[in-house]
Amino acid sequence: AEVAELRERLRSVKHTVLVLSGKGGVGKSTFSALLAHGLAADEAKQVALLDIDICGPSIPKMMGLEGEQASESSNIGSGWSPVYVEENLGVMSVGFLLSSPDDAVIWRGPKKNGLIKQFLRDVDWGEIDYLIVDTPPGTSDEHLSIVQYLSATHIDGAVIVTTPQEVSLQDVRKEINFCHKVKLPIIGVVENMSGFVCPKCKNESQIFPPTTGGAEKMCQNLNVSLLGKVPLDPQIGKSCDKGQSFLSEAPESPATLSYRHIIQRIQEYCDQHHFQEEKII
Amino acid sequence: PSFPERSNLAGVRHILLVLSGKGGVGKSTISTELALSLRHSGKKVGILDVDLCGPSIPRMFRVQDNDVHQCDSGWVPVFVDQDKSISLMSIGFLLEKPDDAVVWRGPKKNALIKQFVTDVAWGDLDFLIVDTPPGTSDEHISTVEALRPYKPLGAILVTTPQAVSVGDVRRELTFCKKTGLGVLGIVENMSGFVCPHCSECTNIFSKGGGEELAKHAGVPFLGCVPLDPQLSRSLEEGRDFIQEFPKSSAFPALTRIAQQILDGTSQRSS
Repeated sequence: AEVAELRERLRSVKHTVLVLSGKGGVGKSTFSALLAHGLAADEAKQVALLDIDICGPSIPKMMGLEGEQASESSNIGSGWSPVYVEENLGVMSVGFLLSSPDDAVIWRGPKKNGLIKQFLRDVDWGEIDYLIVDTPPGTSDEHLSIVQYLSATHIDGAVIVTTPQEVSLQDVRKEINFCHKVKLPIIGVVENMSGFVCPKCKNESQIFPPTTGGAEKMCQNLNVSLLGKVPLDPQIGKSCDKGQSFLSEAPESPATLSYRHIIQRIQEYCDQHHFQEEKII
Repeated sequence: PSFPERSNLAGVRHILLVLSGKGGVGKSTISTELALSLRHSGKKVGILDVDLCGPSIPRMFRVQDNDVHQCDSGWVPVFVDQDKSISLMSIGFLLEKPDDAVVWRGPKKNALIKQFVTDVAWGDLDFLIVDTPPGTSDEHISTVEALRPYKPLGAILVTTPQAVSVGDVRRELTFCKKTGLGVLGIVENMSGFVCPHCSECTNIFSKGGGEELAKHAGVPFLGCVPLDPQLSRSLEEGRDFIQEFPKSSAFPALTRIAQQILDGTSQRSS
């Protein structure tokens, strides 16, 4: 019955993409934020970004929405209103429910699951072309719950973010297995922090060395797509801290070019998926 | 709670936790390098890895293929070498296949963590370092609750310099306050990168956020650790960075952190 209620609520969502990683700190939120910005660049598309990292909600800061509070939707009885970055880009995060940056959400699993359900059921998302869900690292309550609750609608697939080194890949392989276990399609893998070019001498350093072949080898072995590699760029962290879109602030950066290419591939995947669904009908 | 004849933690002199609100900032790295540094100062060290979804510690010591055995008092920790000066426990040793995902909800995680805290036969240790996953949830609540009777020394909080990290670590500080866990200090990791070709320093993940946070929160600042590809490589290959790369850029900061911990504990004893 719960799932049916959610299906009704989320009927107006055309495409859903989960951003996952087994590993923390590889750039899921950064990627989610930039994916949202990238997709919303087309003003005709309505984009929603849902941050279900309840302990470490990074999205509000990255979207320049720190300090914003969730408010009641103007559609009476529709629940919360997302916080809008642009007219066509709305965001929801536990960050908007906290009154101070020092507030910690020290909750066990069941309470976290409850909030995630609320985010899906009680937020007045409206008609959305793309729902992007940013997740915390791991394979636990949040991940099981979001897959369960979203099984009502369809999830186009998951984008899995990693960095090149084995310490990351060993966790990411687990995440890929998780996706197989819960029958979540994998759109592909993004290798983030893939090399650094010194701004002075232009030599490249592998700060996080791909000692076991990086994402490329892992993707070959596990038969998943490598969507692209994104190099380190100090401007990325700066833009995130300022809450600005890195893609707009540094349009010529090799990292921006990588991101745009990856975002396009994700769009193409979603469009094909939609097309296939229509064919079945 | 009732205590067995002799608790498995009775021979452990100091327990410290390595925490961060944020993922991927270097908790396991700092835990590993701290253990190696303390060993080089002649101490016996154990690492308890309570990250059940992403256990990184075994590989960092090149013992990822080891199994654990049971004895009368519980699990025997895995020794990293014949010296037996560093021992480890991690779910990584209990997985049949390394790529198996541990997809557990809170209650099952909590049960294993309680076992990890009370049922590992550590023997005599100078330090037990508890490496944690990111966040402020089941693992953290359960670990702190289970360790409470054994009076941990406190927590080292790891952050990277940028605001997005510091934002999460502020919440972790609140967690420490709320659970009565003392804060030994903050480490600012990935703090700057010196190009090995031309020595230009680039602040890839910004700079200074960890130090500012320590000041703002009134806790000790344990230092900045720079990005060091040799350190990353060491961890990948399970090598002893402290022994093998004393001239590498991260070495001074890492040994300084260990020294501050040692100074702190010797003050306590006197």
